[in-house]
Amino acid sequence: MKPVPMRTLAAILFATLFVVHGLARADLALDTRLKKLESELRCLVCQNQTLADSNADLAADLRKEVRELAVSGKTDDQIKQYLVARYGDFVLYKPPVKPETWLLWFGPFVMFAGGVAVWWGIMRRRRRDAAPAEPPPPGEDGAVARARALLDG
Amino acid sequence: MKFLRWSLPLAIFIVVAGFLYVGLYRDPHEVPSPLIGKPAPAFALAELHHPDRTLATADMRGQVWLLNVWASWCVSCREEHPLLVALSKAGVVPIIGLDYKDKSEDGLAWLVGNGDPYTKSVVDLDGRVGINWGVYGVPETFVVDKAGIIRYKQIGPLTQDALSRKILPLVRELQKS
Repeated sequence: MKPVPMRTLAAILFATLFVVHGLARADLALDTRLKKLESELRCLVCQNQTLADSNADLAADLRKEVRELAVSGKTDDQIKQYLVARYGDFVLYKPPVKPETWLLWFGPFVMFAGGVAVWWGIMRRRRRDAAPAEPPPPGEDGAVARARALLDG
Repeated sequence: MKFLRWSLPLAIFIVVAGFLYVGLYRDPHEVPSPLIGKPAPAFALAELHHPDRTLATADMRGQVWLLNVWASWCVSCREEHPLLVALSKAGVVPIIGLDYKDKSEDGLAWLVGNGDPYTKSVVDLDGRVGINWGVYGVPETFVVDKAGIIRYKQIGPLTQDALSRKILPLVRELQKS
């Protein structure tokens, strides 16, 4: 048998590397996508952990389920929808904006606006109360004014 | 204006305190199931006692039934088990047991030791049916009506109180319709 030329060997080696690299890249992309998705989903057993962080048995099962759905070509939204249909909005770390959650989403802004309104009212009243009487120059008998005159020479 | 000055903060305080007070007595682990009022997710699973036979949700059409999700490794299942045994003796409603993520031999042994209240038992080895039913903690108990709609879900162990105040009245009402 004739020895395989070096060039052919190199070509085979590079082709293999190329394929492996491609596969690894695809896998990595999926992993990154899943990691992001899982960190937006709540583990229902240990409720203050994300699906990505949780070691609970159910979380492992759900991660498996999410991966299978992703591999089968479902979009992130479809996967979320799948889980919401079974576990409710609670699985989402970011609750959807809808009439039931308006208070949750907009309540803080309403409270902030209320606070600003109260503050503004108080400030306006203070300014109005303070306006008529010109405050007397600080210091007894204009001592400060005299001192300033001395300093300014 | 003077009146608002003390009444408005007081009113806000009362509302917030009211919400917090109610919140004290609510269990954050009880997540309302979106499946209530929806058709029960279909399954066809091998029976625990007869692995060659399957039981499907379609087989339960036309009757009101309970689905009790349990496992031999589940500690609080022991707590509710006597209630289930008593309920099955009363024969009011068929109880289907879903042995969740459990080895069949463990499940069978557990039933021998603790009594078997189930009309039929099925095995959900990989927990997939559990996911479809939104199970996140065992035990859980579902009430399914004649048309196959989930009407109620008990999260955590059954209690005498939950049985006599919610589940049994609901079952009786559903059986009439």
